[in-house]
Amino acid sequence: MTRIARRDNLRPMTVLEVNALSHRYGNATVVEMPAWSVAAGEPWLLLGASGSGKTTLLHCLAGILAPTQGSVKVGGTDLATLHGSALDRFRGRHIGLLPQRLHLIDCLSVLDNLLLAQYAAGLPRDAAAARGALEALGLAGRAHERPHRLSFGQQQRVALARALINRPTLVLADEPTSNLDDGNCAAALDLLLDQAGRSGAALVIATHDQRVKGRIERRVELTGGMAVPA
Amino acid sequence: MNLFTLALAYLRSRLLASVLQVLLLAIGLAAIVVMLLVSTQLADRVERDTRGIDLVVGAKGSPLQLVLSSVFHVDSPTGNIPYAEAMKLSRHPLVKKAIPLALGDTWRGYRIVGTEHALVEHYGASLASGKLWSGEMQAVVGAEAARAGGAGGGPIKLGDTIIGSHGLVDGGAAHDEHPYEVVGILAPTGGVIDRLVLVSVETVWDVHPLPPGAAAAAAAGPPAAAGAAPTPAPKAAAAPARDDGHGHAGHSHARPAAKAGAKPHAHAHAHDHPHDDAPAASRPGGDAAGPGGSAKPAPGRELTALLIQYSSPMAAAQLPRLVNSATAMQAASPAAESVRLNRLVGVGVETLRVFAWVLLVAAGLALFISLYGALSERSRDLAMLRVLGARRGSLLLLLLLEGLLLCAAGGAIGLLAGHALTEWLGRSVPALSQWALTGWTLAPGEGWLVALALLIGAFASMLPAVLAYRTDIAKVLARG
Ligand SMILES: Nc1ncnc2c1ncn2[C@@H]1O[C@H](COP(=O)(O)OP(=O)(O)OP(=O)(O)O)[C@@H](O)[C@H]1O
Ligand SMILES: [Mg+2]
Repeated sequence: MTRIARRDNLRPMTVLEVNALSHRYGNATVVEMPAWSVAAGEPWLLLGASGSGKTTLLHCLAGILAPTQGSVKVGGTDLATLHGSALDRFRGRHIGLLPQRLHLIDCLSVLDNLLLAQYAAGLPRDAAAARGALEALGLAGRAHERPHRLSFGQQQRVALARALINRPTLVLADEPTSNLDDGNCAAALDLLLDQAGRSGAALVIATHDQRVKGRIERRVELTGGMAVPA
Repeated sequence: MNLFTLALAYLRSRLLASVLQVLLLAIGLAAIVVMLLVSTQLADRVERDTRGIDLVVGAKGSPLQLVLSSVFHVDSPTGNIPYAEAMKLSRHPLVKKAIPLALGDTWRGYRIVGTEHALVEHYGASLASGKLWSGEMQAVVGAEAARAGGAGGGPIKLGDTIIGSHGLVDGGAAHDEHPYEVVGILAPTGGVIDRLVLVSVETVWDVHPLPPGAAAAAAAGPPAAAGAAPTPAPKAAAAPARDDGHGHAGHSHARPAAKAGAKPHAHAHAHDHPHDDAPAASRPGGDAAGPGGSAKPAPGRELTALLIQYSSPMAAAQLPRLVNSATAMQAASPAAESVRLNRLVGVGVETLRVFAWVLLVAAGLALFISLYGALSERSRDLAMLRVLGARRGSLLLLLLLEGLLLCAAGGAIGLLAGHALTEWLGRSVPALSQWALTGWTLAPGEGWLVALALLIGAFASMLPAVLAYRTDIAKVLARG
């Protein structure tokens, strides 16, 4: 027991494990991934052209979409074994999703958007933590504003704060830089890596943005639906 | 942050639509509440005020008007009836109880009724203070009239004097020279007597002196001049015999006319009472008032109506026919006229009911359309909620909650508005104020209205809620 534990301490824990996964819409196989494993705190790139199935794969990893075949394990739990509200709860507590169109709740203030993430995951509302997160992202003064009054970059930071507020072990970001200019692209990527690193979460960034490629070594490429380690 | 605050936030985000839905529902419910309150209170009043009165006998005219004026005290009387004939009828074997009414004046909108102690007994009223009238110009004031009518706005007290104004509508000439002394105040009964000021029949006769013709006849005929009692008293309570001459003491304007009875025509002008809006008990009625008088005993003395209770069920078949065919008077059945009244009011109530239901259906539809229409625009929010960990059931609940919150608000506002409106109608609409409507009471069935409002909310939000429950989050999020 002790020996095994020591070994686990030496090697970073596996947060995401994908096995023989494939997803089909109708007869068309959109995405296939033989095997993939992501350790805690590791940043990964999920590369592929538009329509190559990046979003589909991310949804499978997040338990939003049940893959046609294969398994996804997050923190050792096979998502296929979770059903209904158990899967929703699990996702809310362990997986942070940064969608391409941020999907902030516009009728709520920035702060309430973070509190909503805590509430939806069934966690106690911790306003101090939420304010702390906003402060860390330079949004302290905007806590009570509606998201649509913020700039896109600011909104993205709110969405990032929301994805991280419940300290997930896995963070999935879908095209986080596609709407940003070069300067903001670098800044957003820095922020993403920094924040995920601080919370010790594994990070998967799906993108076809060439500007991102130089920053992260670990990468999977989706070519014609087939995932190959790049 | 929870489902409740989230639902409120969504309602706030489409404030105009929310307010409109609440208003639609509130107006519909308020209309139903007013309808319930008014119809139950009217039915109550009709039931209570007609209890024990089998027949009303008064002057010929509309039977409904006769019942309205002498049982509910809301309409003008049909005219007057000769006192002698009324007394004759009251001694009929089929009559168990006959209570005379002499109307003509009001005090601050409350009717002054010349009657007998039997009326107080009939309505089951008891004295809150003081005593019943025993002499002339003594008044016993009903509870509601007493509450409202004191000098300076306070309640009236024993020993106060009140001055009637002529006629049954406000604004008549004041009988300044005839102050009544308040000798008794009645305890509230909830019935019509609460709104009456009771005096003796003789007092009404005093205040409304005989017109010259009748007075002349009275003065000329030996028996009347001698102050003979007009007729024996009715059965229920003795109507004290009156000295006609005495009745005119203090009537400076009427006295000369009575004295100079030889030339009746000349004195018609001397009588300066403006008898224009409503009959007063002593006004000439038909034949009895013609100059030169008639040969009847106690000519000129008149009543407005007689409230009659039968002594046997047989009376219902015989007495009305007898009165209507064999006398110049008219008999009307409060029960039958109430049915007619209900039918008349029923048309209005029915219209209001249809209107209210149309509004309620419209409110439900508007709510449904609003929730359903907003659904596609909200599907991303709903999907994001699921991504954040919310269960399907929470989405269902969220939409139901929005519908229910709106309808609860509409229901609460509707009920309050319905009561406020009824109270306002009761106070401000003259035709209704006489019915003593109040908003400070619950109508039976109001509890169901709350349930109905919530049911509308539940129904209208059911389909959108189920659709929210079934949101395919992957599809919605992939669509962006
Ligand atoms: N619900 C669906 N039903 C059928 N086909 C779908 C569905 N969702 C996606 N697809 C198809 O699957 C393929 C992959 O789509 P996906 O959105 O995963 O690509 P992507 O790599 O994220 O593209 P992009 O870079 O443009 O976001 C596309 O060809 C798309 O048309
Ligand atoms: Mg995509």
